[in-house]
Amino acid sequence: MEKHKQVITNRVAFLDKKVPFYASFLGIAGLLLLWELISRLGIVSPLFLPSPSSIIITGWEMLISGEIYGNLTASLYRIVIGYAIGAAFGILIGLILGFFKLADAIGTPIVYSIYPIPKIALLPLFILWLGIGELSKVTIIALGVFFPVVINTFSGVKNVDPMLVKAAVTFGSNRVNVIRKVILPGSLPMIFAGLKLAAGTSLLLLVSAEMIAAQQGIGSMVLHYGNLMITSKLMVGVLILSLLGLTFNRGLKWLETKLIPWK
Amino acid sequence: MNIVIENVGKKFTDSKKNEVTALENINFSIKEEEFVVLVGPSGCGKSTLLNIVGGLMSPTSGSVYFEGIEKKTPNLGIVFQEIALLPWRTVYENVIYGLEERGIGKKEQKEIGNYYIDMVGLSEFKDAFPKQLSGGMKQRAGIARALAVEPDLLLMDEPFSALDAQTRTLMQEELLTIWNRTKLSTLYVTHNIQEAVYLADRVIVLSRHPGQIKRIINIDLPKTGRNEDKYREKSNQYADEIWQLIRHDAQEALKE
Repeated sequence: MEKHKQVITNRVAFLDKKVPFYASFLGIAGLLLLWELISRLGIVSPLFLPSPSSIIITGWEMLISGEIYGNLTASLYRIVIGYAIGAAFGILIGLILGFFKLADAIGTPIVYSIYPIPKIALLPLFILWLGIGELSKVTIIALGVFFPVVINTFSGVKNVDPMLVKAAVTFGSNRVNVIRKVILPGSLPMIFAGLKLAAGTSLLLLVSAEMIAAQQGIGSMVLHYGNLMITSKLMVGVLILSLLGLTFNRGLKWLETKLIPWK
Repeated sequence: MNIVIENVGKKFTDSKKNEVTALENINFSIKEEEFVVLVGPSGCGKSTLLNIVGGLMSPTSGSVYFEGIEKKTPNLGIVFQEIALLPWRTVYENVIYGLEERGIGKKEQKEIGNYYIDMVGLSEFKDAFPKQLSGGMKQRAGIARALAVEPDLLLMDEPFSALDAQTRTLMQEELLTIWNRTKLSTLYVTHNIQEAVYLADRVIVLSRHPGQIKRIINIDLPKTGRNEDKYREKSNQYADEIWQLIRHDAQEALKE
């Protein structure tokens, strides 16, 4: 008698299929190539879309002339200070709201009622209050960073396993040490989620604020060259912003792996 | 020194605003170097009682106190069912947590910490994070953390219930070995009858609705080697006696 063989194969093999590492570069490279080609063939006028190579060359010239340096330092100054202030207050207030029931009852409704306001709408008000200088721009960035951080920190605190608090208290922790040694490290993953979210917001507010009221900065530079219709210089500004965002995110990720090695 | 549990009762209000009596009229004491096991069906309030003794919950009536103790505040060590190691601390840092909070010097922390880590056999994993450990190893770290504070009373809340059966058997043996070295007054909660008979000097059987003491059984067997053949029959008798006490309640618990 002949035996029929039916081999069972793994039908979910597609779940752990590997993709070669260079695949992620292929997409970007392909897009740049296509863009360069379109510009070179003159399908789109360089006034509307300069080629990638001409953007790079313009960028190099602006770097040498010191134009980028001046604008970039002005922007970095605003975003670093604004972000630091917003993040610090966000974490602090978030911890307090999360840990103390009374603060939660009083503070949380306030936070949630201000949170939905698009922060850039407050810039005219801040200019009125604080003048057109650096302070109003730093404040608006700090405020934009504060909210995502405070809300994430708050829910991070709420998500800390109460068993860990009980264990800490059992082994002698007082309230301050419970916050310092249990609540803070326990909510770090959520805090970082908030910090990453805030990175995007801070960049958006930086550019908007600079477009509305600034002499220097990447945002005002982009607007300036837009008005003059010097598209390649405008695109250099956009490129710098994209690099800035990328560096920001990478930096936060690096910090995260440093601070949360136990995850 | 005695730990006295006097007239302890606990009432809860459930989500439908009904009053539920979890514990009623609990009276017993734990003597120095005594290993007391609380056993009962699910929902008998045994974990509630342990939480009250551990100072993590207040009783509705009655009180728990230490008798004949010199120090102001007695030291407690708790081993949790959920283990509850801080995930961001290494095994060593978790074990010395209680010492750190008591303001003991770094050098002494190291001595005591290493001593108890060695006792539970985790020396090689001192610097590992809890995430990197197996369930059995995690709970060993939990035990070392509780022992490190050199407690006046050691509380254990179903410490091995999350472990697989083989690991649990080994851990029970290890626990006895450790206990024989430290001889700490211990209150141990479990729903596992064999475990209770294997470990206890005295077994306190609880009933449910309300949680009351049904019987206190002295286990009249030598502390070590209870799993040897010559004691098997006696052990089984104890286990059977406890099972008969609990059986009806356990069946009722199933229906809920």
